[in-house]
Amino acid sequence: MKYIAEINVMPHKEILDPQGKAVSKSMVNLGLSEIQNVRIGKHITLEIEAPDEQAAHAKVDEACKKLLANLIMESYEFTLRPA
Amino acid sequence: MKFGVVIFPGSNCDHDTIYLLRNTLGQEVVELWHKDHDLQNCDFIILPGGFSYGDYLRSGAIARFSPIMREVISFAENGGYLLGICNGFQILCEAGLLPGALLHNPSRKFICTNSCLKVQATDTIVTAQVDPDRPLRIPVAHGEGSYYASAEVLRELNDNNQVLFRYCDADGNFTEESNPNGSVENIAGICNRGRNIFGMMPHPERAADPLLGNVDGLSIFQSILQAQDTVEG
Repeated sequence: MKYIAEINVMPHKEILDPQGKAVSKSMVNLGLSEIQNVRIGKHITLEIEAPDEQAAHAKVDEACKKLLANLIMESYEFTLRPA
Repeated sequence: MKFGVVIFPGSNCDHDTIYLLRNTLGQEVVELWHKDHDLQNCDFIILPGGFSYGDYLRSGAIARFSPIMREVISFAENGGYLLGICNGFQILCEAGLLPGALLHNPSRKFICTNSCLKVQATDTIVTAQVDPDRPLRIPVAHGEGSYYASAEVLRELNDNNQVLFRYCDADGNFTEESNPNGSVENIAGICNRGRNIFGMMPHPERAADPLLGNVDGLSIFQSILQAQDTVEG
């Protein structure tokens, strides 16, 4: 069975996100000063072959922990759906 | 002492390091290709600077899983000497061999400049011969060099005297202005508790030849050789 994972990786709240901060500030130039606290992370999609959703979940979780996110500076979450 | 310099796709300070060790310091050096598994009985392994795997995902994240890293990690876990410079430091943090992480510079700019460093821990093989009273002028060149660690990890680093270098001004003061990349507590380099794994963002290999007008980095490599002489002598 093939699944598609949609993964979001975000910098921890306590870590300065200079990219998000620069985008936040630019909102004023758009006349959108109501928008604050922009934070920018990564969105990753991948396909995985697994016998069932539970097995797919375990493998994607391992990929996130070992490579896709660095838990010192980032957190992750993901959803799975059949491809 | 036999040195090994690991070459990843995208390493670009490998030959500077090899030249320094082989030509300037007259040491035996071998190139270790990232796809190999043989460390060729080296006594000291260096992970050089560069942009391994194009810095994709995060600096050092993909190189950390290169085939040779299995042997490098096992070598270091068994007490072997391992130094990561710049991208090498990022790889060591990604591999969990050194605590903390290297974040994007707060300026979002690639910083290429001379930095001043003051040696902190002098009881290591890479700092024993470095004058702790005189700031070293060593270049930095990175986009992701802002050292970050949790308060708990910082406390451990300080309690165990694991900070090797801090950014300082020309007079040796640890100021915000002299910290080029927003690193916590001006940290430029650290070691593990076992004092055999070392990481630093500045490039001592780029400041170790009189032709380049700056030899401040030489004392770091001379420390290593001196330690060898002491053991052998």
